[in-house]
Amino acid sequence: MMNTQAIEQNKKKRMGSLKREKYFTIIFGHLLLVVLAVIWLYPILWIILQSFRVEYNDQNQLVGIVVSHYFPKGLGVQNYVNLFNNSTFVFGRWWLNTLFVSFFTFIISTLFVLSVAYVMSKLKFKSRKVFLSTAIILGLFPGFMSMIAIYYILKAMSLTGSLPALILVYSAGAGLGFYVGKGFFDIIPNSLIESARLDGCTNAGIFAKIILPMSKPIIIYTAITTFMGPWMDFIFAKTIIGEKNRANLTVAFGLYSMIYGEQSDSNLFTTFAAGSVLVALPIVILFISMQKYYVEGVTAGSVKG
Amino acid sequence: MEYPNTKKKNFFLHVGDFFLNIGKGFVNRFVKFGTRFKEGSLGTKMSHFIMGSGNFYHKRITKGIIYLLLQIGFILIMVLNPKVNNTPIGYKAIVNFFTLGTNEGGLFTGPTDNSMLMLLFGVVTFGIIGIFIFTWNSSIKSSALADQLKKEGKPLNTFKDDLHSLIDEKFHLTMLTPAILGVIMFTILPTIFMIFIAFTDYDSSVIAGQHLFNWVGFKNFTNIFTGKGEIAVRFIPVLTWTLIWAFFATFTNYFGGILVALLINNKHIKFKKVWRTVFMLTIAIPQFISLLAIRLLLSKSGPINTMLIDLGLIKEGIEFLGSATNGIVPKIMIILINIWVGIPFTMLMTSGILMNIPQDLYEAAVIDGANRRQVFFKITLPYVIFVTTPYLISSFVGNITSFNIIFLLTGGGPAVPGGYTAGRTDLLVTWLYKLTIDEGNYNLGAVIGILTFLITATGTLLTYRRSQAFKEEDAFQ
Repeated sequence: MMNTQAIEQNKKKRMGSLKREKYFTIIFGHLLLVVLAVIWLYPILWIILQSFRVEYNDQNQLVGIVVSHYFPKGLGVQNYVNLFNNSTFVFGRWWLNTLFVSFFTFIISTLFVLSVAYVMSKLKFKSRKVFLSTAIILGLFPGFMSMIAIYYILKAMSLTGSLPALILVYSAGAGLGFYVGKGFFDIIPNSLIESARLDGCTNAGIFAKIILPMSKPIIIYTAITTFMGPWMDFIFAKTIIGEKNRANLTVAFGLYSMIYGEQSDSNLFTTFAAGSVLVALPIVILFISMQKYYVEGVTAGSVKG
Repeated sequence: MEYPNTKKKNFFLHVGDFFLNIGKGFVNRFVKFGTRFKEGSLGTKMSHFIMGSGNFYHKRITKGIIYLLLQIGFILIMVLNPKVNNTPIGYKAIVNFFTLGTNEGGLFTGPTDNSMLMLLFGVVTFGIIGIFIFTWNSSIKSSALADQLKKEGKPLNTFKDDLHSLIDEKFHLTMLTPAILGVIMFTILPTIFMIFIAFTDYDSSVIAGQHLFNWVGFKNFTNIFTGKGEIAVRFIPVLTWTLIWAFFATFTNYFGGILVALLINNKHIKFKKVWRTVFMLTIAIPQFISLLAIRLLLSKSGPINTMLIDLGLIKEGIEFLGSATNGIVPKIMIILINIWVGIPFTMLMTSGILMNIPQDLYEAAVIDGANRRQVFFKITLPYVIFVTTPYLISSFVGNITSFNIIFLLTGGGPAVPGGYTAGRTDLLVTWLYKLTIDEGNYNLGAVIGILTFLITATGTLLTYRRSQAFKEEDAFQ
């Protein structure tokens, strides 16, 4: 009798503590998340706000430098207008350049990545292990080490300074980034392929008719990552195109050169902010709308190692 | 609890196996050459000298012509030495590879030898020879195979059959060739070239095309320990900071990411998607934007310093990213800012893993009467750590070669007195970048690149050999 009572009481106590714990999590957890969200959004919101900042000095000139106050004294779209009217920093041109480069980069890279990933995952051939080891070893050399050699190879092909050169640089080595895709194809059961082979399907037929239609997640993952690359890279663009070749720059290095380039001007900061918003916007929209596939890719890649 | 059994094989043994297999392959090749030449038909014997003759012998004309044309093309290149940018490819390129040019040229004597291009084209020519040997071997092989089929009374492959095999048994060749050509041109060739550069005296005093440079053996490497100059003074400090950075960057991100993921995935937390999207935003925004924004926010007279002064917390602006004294403040700031950059990635990854924890583990634990704390420390945490160990090591390796965060936040500064390239926060990779792209000290840059490779290679060998993915790959399929 005593025993059951004690158990009942114990249970109640435990329920009570669980409830307290629950409320603690709800209040404290959400509070913490709000604080974290503020920290994570702070630099981004700051840049957006600065891109709309329109302040004039005594001589009625636009003040574009970094200022110490957070909230602009005047708002407007003047920075966006200036962005497209600057004759040294031709942002509109850069934006189209980047779109051009990233479009072809994503087509070539996606083809390379998918074909290598599929072959490494599902086709058995003699030198497969050697290919795998070589790919791992090559990936370990720092990319910047060979950048200058790539520059001279392109020069021997008289391609330096041109956008096709940039497309080549971004996509030629793409075949080495096949791990995530391989992880995806590894999960497709082999029996599916074997039964198709018994039906007399060729390997190419299997790839085109069976594998590709079910590879939507990995195709999208590869497409997002390769498409985003040229919008973010400023180092290869700088080396291959060169800062003086302004008409052929891409957005990343173009904007970077506004702040830290040879002709940089600290009064261009708000213009830089406006440009940043116009670069980030399409990528963010693309990324957020496809985030499901991105998350799948990241998870697959990590667990497979 | 039991995790999938990971049988341990010493990774040195694996490396040993790798080289042993290559050695065996070579020996087998040579033995094969002897027997093929002795026992082959006239066509096979002739194939050793004139490629494609075996195919003509077996009446496979198209294939024979292709092989013959390849051999003629190869001989033409080797003999005629076509010039690109005034530097020959062909047998002269091999000679040039060893001399690296002899004609220094005077002020008025016209163009001189270009050591850099000679080295590059030497490597290219070696590559062409390698590909030719491979083709030559395959021509003999194809003839020997035809001999064998004839002996067994089986029909020979027609050219049409050969083409068809490219979309079937040899589909891997069709799929891999374009990607591999790209990798050879833009990854393998440049990497081999730079490895050779590490053994030359190609530094900032040499302008390719105006001065020659020479082979110097291991001098650039031994200079680290014995010599004077930048690499001897700065290598150890930069390496130390690189390792410290990689350690802190990896672990802060890893545990931070796990904690954030656990928080968001807690069943009492609402608006999970919103929180996740907030963190995702920082992945989508190019780092040159977000990191430059942070750099400007933190500048000495920037908004954050002003705010702190207005609040009365400090009297004078703090040099968050450029303290002139010993670089401790920038180093700490870099690691802190890296948390901002890195947590979203780890958070995403661990979120996926948390959702995939096998439910029966939890059920078993609840039946055994475990409370929530026990469940967390005995199941959730060990599971996540177990599954992500390979990731942990590979992200350590990745952090060793991370570039953007240092380059965009401090540019490697503050500078070290003495006029050295490497500043206090430079990592091996940013130092490499400055040495090659900014200064033209290509040989030093290449040395740093090779040493970085050795460090990351050690780490990666450990990862791949230990990770279950690699071991159980064959069992899994």
